[in-house]
Amino acid sequence: MSSIAIKVENVSKQYRLGEVGTGTMTHDLNRWWHKIRGKEDPYLQIGETNDRTKKAESEYVWALKNIDFEIQKGEMIGIVGRNGAGKSTLLKILSRITQPTTGTMKVNGRIASLLEVGTGFHPELTGRENIFLNGSILGMKKHEIASKFDEIVEFAGVERYIDTPVKRYSSGMYVRLAFGVAAHLQPEILIIDEVLAVGDSEFQRKSIAKMEQVCKDEGKTLIFVSHNSAAIQRLCQKCVYLKEGQMVLFDETDKIIQHYNKDSYEADLIKNGKFVGESNNKSFGNFKVKISEFAFYNATTGEETYIFKSGESVEIKLRYTSNSYENDKIGMIGLGLQIFNANGQFVTVLNNAMAYKVFRNAPLNGVLTCILPKLPFMFGDFYVRPNLIVDGEVAEQYMEGIKITVEEYDFYGTGISNAHGRQGVYIEQSWLDIEV
Amino acid sequence: MNKEEHWDLEIKPKAGLLEVNFKELFAYRNLLVLFIKRDLSTVYKQTVLGPLWYVIQPLFTTIVFSIIFNNIAGIKTGVVPAFLFYLAGTCLWTYFNDSLLSTSRAFTDNSGIFGKVYFPRLVLPLSRVLSGFIKFLVQLGLFLVVYAYFIIFTDVALKPNWQLVFIPLVLLLLLLLGLGFGLIISSLTTKYRDLQHLLGFGMQLAMYASPVVYPMFKVSDKWYGKYLWLNPMSSFLELFRYGFFGDYTVNLWYLVYSSVFTVIILGGGIIMFNKHEKSFMDTV
Repeated sequence: MSSIAIKVENVSKQYRLGEVGTGTMTHDLNRWWHKIRGKEDPYLQIGETNDRTKKAESEYVWALKNIDFEIQKGEMIGIVGRNGAGKSTLLKILSRITQPTTGTMKVNGRIASLLEVGTGFHPELTGRENIFLNGSILGMKKHEIASKFDEIVEFAGVERYIDTPVKRYSSGMYVRLAFGVAAHLQPEILIIDEVLAVGDSEFQRKSIAKMEQVCKDEGKTLIFVSHNSAAIQRLCQKCVYLKEGQMVLFDETDKIIQHYNKDSYEADLIKNGKFVGESNNKSFGNFKVKISEFAFYNATTGEETYIFKSGESVEIKLRYTSNSYENDKIGMIGLGLQIFNANGQFVTVLNNAMAYKVFRNAPLNGVLTCILPKLPFMFGDFYVRPNLIVDGEVAEQYMEGIKITVEEYDFYGTGISNAHGRQGVYIEQSWLDIEV
Repeated sequence: MNKEEHWDLEIKPKAGLLEVNFKELFAYRNLLVLFIKRDLSTVYKQTVLGPLWYVIQPLFTTIVFSIIFNNIAGIKTGVVPAFLFYLAGTCLWTYFNDSLLSTSRAFTDNSGIFGKVYFPRLVLPLSRVLSGFIKFLVQLGLFLVVYAYFIIFTDVALKPNWQLVFIPLVLLLLLLLGLGFGLIISSLTTKYRDLQHLLGFGMQLAMYASPVVYPMFKVSDKWYGKYLWLNPMSSFLELFRYGFFGDYTVNLWYLVYSSVFTVIILGGGIIMFNKHEKSFMDTV
């Protein structure tokens, strides 16, 4: 037997948009007419990629298009992607709920999937009866369930309610019991959709630990969908990254998460680098004074760039314009620069007032320059978001920051960079001799 | 990688028409039993009378039928007491009707489960008809009690005869007929919901096209009499009554016709169900 657990070959899934029912009969007849003449399905040749935000031009859409990957036995694979990227569709095909439109999927081993809370639970039945029912639905034998029964109840922590109909359960108890059954199923392949979010943090920790144990100790294969990148990073070595129904990457988790975060950060608004032009939906404010140019320079060479090395000297320049300010005079102008990392977490903020520099009676047009003598970021992408304040009001603030990329480099000049791909910061440090 | 790779499972876009995975179905027999138990035990949860409803329903229907059709409309039922006649008809018809209706809703009622987890889909309609069968057995018990009462305490000329041995076969065929029709309808309703509306009153009309409220000999001299035999239910109902009562007509050829009809419907039902079970989640 090969060591591959799941092999997905060129799988695509087409869906029809709009109201199902209208016109299906004519389409069905047309399909049938093509089929008896030995021609290909006419509706398979059309269809668009699945960008949910754009208005559709075709009635048919590819929820998944040409997905291809292999999962080895014992691997823990995460699937990431934004809403509507096709994650659930892929899981549905993997767990045999729906079939692919084209392509094949080959599996070695028993699959159990937990796609939603309380799958197959009947509200009128008690917890005990539902454990048996649910276990059987998932393909367990009766004696297997019986031998695991106590463990399941204990894991779920619902001893008191085990003989109460599950319709009286809280949603947390529901998911605990459901996950308890699935986790004790002992399938060779476990597929888990974003279901754990319902439980409290104690339960989430417990279930992630359980999944880790099941996969690492018992060599089970796991496929896990989550928007919680910490859980994905902890559990999965590799990830599939889906975007608009297509597989963007199948690679190591850290790379995927970085790529994914970057994408989702950029998705709506920002482009790499300089932003020139009029104010639009990329920024907000009273626009009495506008940002006409926002750019980064290497202070040593004077070149405009958006890629820096740790420890380099950086100049940030912002050109503002104002054609018709009251009294042709700006009372006070100030600039804040918020800096976020690739995960969208706030890192720090720069501000002229913080650095004892105040601009009073500023000209109507001008350039503000901020100098960072030693760029302290270790590695990765950072986003700098300008906020121009004029006379106490926000004149213009970007919705999202401008991206700069920081390459790992010797910040302290000692030959040791020590960043190892981590997105932290360096701070100045000094050490004393050993005191005796 | 060697050429002869082994896969436990291959998922492809299309599958064969009559391809029923009996091995897999057998592996899930536990689930079948649990589904039957669930169907039986949840219907009357939080009710006072519980399983008594199984007999109350046919009892009252029979009383109403006896009054309307026998007493008011004056349909004579031969030597057989009207109550017994209608009880037999009602039990059998309800059994067929329930098998058909519950199977026909297999997809739409269970879209929740079907959408989240895989198991051989045929388990569900099977469990439905089998739990219907168990319910029918209770009603058959009621019929036998009433039947015994008439034999022991009255002097009506009921002649139970050797054709009683066919009764289990009739019951099986009825179940398969209901299942077959149900499977066809369940497959079609996933796309064309119109059928669900048609079904409700269609089954009501179908009852009047079957010898439930009248014996076949009453219509045999009418011009439409022989067409009524084309209804596969006619022979089944008549044979059932013939076995118990020794009255009424049974024609072997009509019986063969009904049996063949059942097998064809069942085959067609399985084909359609198989075709739709893999894609129905996208249309339902």
